[in-house]
Parts: sequence; C-alpha cells; structure tokens
Amino acid sequence: MSQVRTVSSGTGSVRRSMGHLSDRTTTFTCAVLMMAAVLVVGLNLLPSDHALHVGDATVSLLGKYCCYMLLALAVDLIWGYLGILSLGHGAFFALGGYAMGLYLNAQGANVDGWQAWLGHFPLAMLAVVLAPGLLALVFGWLAFRSRVTGVYFSIITQAMTFALMLAFNRNEMGVGGSTGLTRFRELLGMPLNSHAMTVALFVASLMAVLLAFVVCRMITTSRLGRVCIATRDAEARTRFLGYRVEHVKLAVFVVSAVMAGIAGALYVPQVGIINPGSFAPLFSIEVVVWVALGGRATLFGALIGALVVNWLKTVLTTEMPDAWLFILGGLFVVVTMALPQGIAGLAASLRRNRGGSAHE
Amino acid sequence: MSETLNRLRDMARPDRVFDFMVPDVSPVDVRHGPILYMEDVTVSFDGFRAIDRLNLTIDDGELRCIIGPNGAGKTTMMDIITGKTRPDSGQVWFGSRHNLLRLAEPEVASLGIGRKFQKPTVFEALTVFENLELAMAGDRRVWTTFMARLDHEGRARLDEVLETIGLEAERDRWAGVLSHGQKQWLEIGMLLMQRPRLLLIDEPVAGMTEQEMHRTADLLNRLAGQQSVVVVEHDMGFVRSIARHVTVLHQGSVLAEGSMDAVAADPRVREVYLGAEEERHA
Repeated sequence: MSQVRTVSSGTGSVRRSMGHLSDRTTTFTCAVLMMAAVLVVGLNLLPSDHALHVGDATVSLLGKYCCYMLLALAVDLIWGYLGILSLGHGAFFALGGYAMGLYLNAQGANVDGWQAWLGHFPLAMLAVVLAPGLLALVFGWLAFRSRVTGVYFSIITQAMTFALMLAFNRNEMGVGGSTGLTRFRELLGMPLNSHAMTVALFVASLMAVLLAFVVCRMITTSRLGRVCIATRDAEARTRFLGYRVEHVKLAVFVVSAVMAGIAGALYVPQVGIINPGSFAPLFSIEVVVWVALGGRATLFGALIGALVVNWLKTVLTTEMPDAWLFILGGLFVVVTMALPQGIAGLAASLRRNRGGSAHE
Repeated sequence: MSETLNRLRDMARPDRVFDFMVPDVSPVDVRHGPILYMEDVTVSFDGFRAIDRLNLTIDDGELRCIIGPNGAGKTTMMDIITGKTRPDSGQVWFGSRHNLLRLAEPEVASLGIGRKFQKPTVFEALTVFENLELAMAGDRRVWTTFMARLDHEGRARLDEVLETIGLEAERDRWAGVLSHGQKQWLEIGMLLMQRPRLLLIDEPVAGMTEQEMHRTADLLNRLAGQQSVVVVEHDMGFVRSIARHVTVLHQGSVLAEGSMDAVAADPRVREVYLGAEEERHA
C-alpha cells in the first residue's frame, strides 16, 4: 500500500499536469459541486408528482454522502499526500458527531453541567473543531515525535478508535452509552425533520465539501504540499534538507482531523443518531477503501470513491443485503490489482489514450 | 534635535533593517588559511582505528580528490566533518572560526557544508524544478512553507543552478524519469541551492556511462573555485581527469598527497592501491 506512485511516463504526466494546472482542477470540481447543489435543490422544488422530483429523503441521503465525501477528502489529504495511513479517522468523525449530538440533545431538554454548555451553538461549533483537533494534536505529537510510521501508525490508530468506542459505550461517560444520542428535535430553533432544514443541511454539507476541497488544493499545491510528497517518498532525505518532518505531519494531520470532525457534525443531524458504532474500527477501514477505490493523491478521486461506494452500498444493501460485504471486498481486490490508481487513474488514462489517438 | 531627526530618518530608510533583525550568522573565516583543517584526528570503533592521526587541509576553492582502498577511512572522514561521528581525539576546524567538533549535524549543514551520498536520492514524484525549490535555503517552518512563493531572487538562483548542472531542458520533467547520471547532477544541484562553502561528494560517477562521467568531471571543475569540493572516488580514470591535487588514504591516515602523477609514481601508493588495481585489471 505504500507504493503509491510507480514511476512510469504515463502517471507522471498526469500528476504533473494536475500540479501545474491547479486552478483548472479546483475550478472544475467546484463548478461540478455547485451545479450539483443547484440541480438537487431545483429538482426538489418541483411538484412532488413530477417525474424528475427529488424527494426530501433523497436530498437527505445525498447530504449524507457529502459528509462521507468530506471524510474521504480528509483521509486522502494525509494518506495520499503524506503517506500516513490512518485507520482511525472514524474517531475524529465520531467526535465531531458527538459534539453536534450533544448540542442537539441539549435543545429543549434538561441537561446540566458541561453538556449544558454545549447547548450553545457557538460553543458546540467550537467543540466540533476542538475535540478532534486536540485529539489529533496530542496523538499525532506523540506518534510523529517518536517517529512511528507506516503500518505501526495504522495499528495504533485502530487501537485509538477502538479504545474510544469502548469508552463511549460506557454509561458513566454520560453520552448515552451504547444507545448513543438520538431523538433530536431542532437545530438553531428549526425542527430537524422540516423540509427547509433537510435542504439546508444538504447545501451546508456540499458547501463544506467544496470549501474543504479548496483548502486541500491550497495545501497540496503550495510548497508545503511538495514537502508532504517529499516526506511521503523519502522522509529521511526531507529531514536532511532541514524540514521538520514531524511538524509538517502534525499540522496536516490536525487539519485532516478537523475536516473529519466537521463531516461528523454535519452527518449527525441528517441521520438523527450518533452512537459508539461510529468509532468502530471497521468504519475507518471502509473510509480508506473509498479513497483507494477513487484514487489516492488526487483529492477528487476521494470524492468519487466515497460517492460511488456509498451509492452502491445504499442500492445493494436493499437489493441483496447478504452480498454487500463480498462485493465491497471484491471491488477492493479488483481495484488494487487492476487499477492501482483507482477510478481517477482510470479516467486519466482513458483521457490520455483518447488524446494520443487524436494526434495519430 | 537634528540628530534625533537624522536617527529617525535613518530608521525609516527602506534599504536597511534594524540591528536586531540582522541574522546572526558568522561567516566562515578563511582569511588566515584553509577552509577545512583536520589535525591528529583519531577515531576507533571497538578497538579498530578507522582514522589514525589523520592530518588534512583543504584550501578555499580547491577541488580535492581522496582515493584509497576499501576500509581506508574515507567515509568515516566524511562522517567526522559533517558531525555524524565524533573523533576520540584531534581537531577539526571549518575556516579559522568554527570548531566542527562542537557542532551538531544540522548546524554543520547550515554553516555551509553539503554532503552528497553515494546513492542518489531525489524526490521522484516532483519535477526537477520542484526538487531544487525544496532544497533552496530559507525558512523551513510549516506556515512559512505553506505561504512561500518563489521570489525573483529565488527564481534567478534556480535558473543559475539549473544551468550549472545542465538540466535546463529537464526543468519540468519528473525527477523519477531522469537517468542515473541526471539524478546525480540534480542532487548536486540541490546541494548548490543551499549555497555551500564546502561540498563533500561520495563516489559521484559510480554506475555512470563514459559520457556522463565526462560531464560530471566538467561540472565538478566548474564548481571548484566558487566553493571547495572534496570528491571521494574509486574510479582512477575519473580522478585523473579532474584532480589537480590528490590525497591517498590508507588505514586511516594520509599515505601520500600531491599531483596525480606524483602520487601515482609513489611506490608505497602503487603497492597498497594502484598496484592492486592494476593486478585486478591484469
């Protein structure tokens, strides 16, 4: 898994063109996301008996996909560009989710102590950012300072998310134990199950993806992004050039964790529940599969992967629920063997081939 | 009154900075002699004397070749200069001001001693240009790196180094697709971006084609003069083509020193090194 980029002239030209035509990629992706937002909201406004009408349930589902896309983006930022395979990003997602869940829980209900504080929206938003951010800061500082890398890092991230799952399962934590937090009523004074809220949450999630994409592009196309790639491919050499590799890793890891936290916070009001299951190690691994399927170190590959896999999951778990895990596993195997660059790599090579034949 | 005004005016001058903002760098002082001075350096590993009372001086701007059979202590010598290995006794000075034995590896590097290891390690997923950009001297903190834009001066320096190492045409190519020789030059270029005073180069032509060797010899000859260059090399033909001054190491100390012809004629050198080489070729 550590071998992201094999040296071949083909992938080389792809990557380079992405590095140098940064603006085009960003503009294109942002345009697509904006169009998706306009399209979905527009179709939602059609009368409900219209053939093209998109119901509130679908809008909510798409909003959920957006949260997954944001989480995939966070994983791609550190895995694709820094080579840090985090198998515990679900923990940051869940922490952001719990911060939001506690806020929602405190609306119109009697809670006391620190949970009452989270009933204030600005404080809750602060917690959404700070909880995953601080965990990533402390965890990353300890790990990167001790130069824990590769598979060892992956294993301790699994341990981290598993430990948090056990902790949040305990009733003494006061966050709902194994049932988690649910039966939310309103957000910012608006009922959660209203039509307007559904659309608003979808738009907010999509905008969050867009914003995160721009931030990721800013990082990866800056000199810091090149230091990240250098670190991924030859860490000792980068250190020898005078870069504080640990600091670079820590900074990007924290940014990634905060993105995952925000994804979790947007996810919870749309699905109406958060429980310790979100900390499950399996979920974090699934996120990595999305990114691998979509294509590492491309950013938009992560978006495509998250969308495609989760859409397949929605369809297939209703059509043939028993087969889903086999299909997911099979997809992962096929992509790893036949498409090491993922869907994004396949798209790029198709485009290249077409360009090549046009010249002949 | 007018004095105060003058001082204020002085402070507002755009071409000057406050004294406390002037970076605290003490330049290498070579007014009183060599840029590198090693005296009576000894280092042993588990009783084995890798370096045995070694004396060596390198002049400013000199190109020096160091040859010697395996185990002669060439690599250990480089390790001592760059602060990786501490000698048991002896002195190592950089110019007449910096005692290298008191400095840690990064400090030695920032003083302007660049080392190129034998195996080329360039960042394959980055272009030649980006490789040089990362190597450029400058603030390495995370936020400044994130905000960094290549200024006019940096761009000029980059173009200058690209020209020196002869990779202008490869500027936007991916370093991973370069030939072995081109990677070696790129790595020398990355060292040059840090404006070193002394370059330590370990076996630059190992694995190179004849043509690449000629170009490398050209490059090293051009580098000498602007900075001091120490080359450790096995290939005698290559050493003959670049060296004005050769030092032969044997069992951790200097066996002979002088021009290539004088050294090659030395019977002791022939015995321990060149002789063995010729026998092998025979």
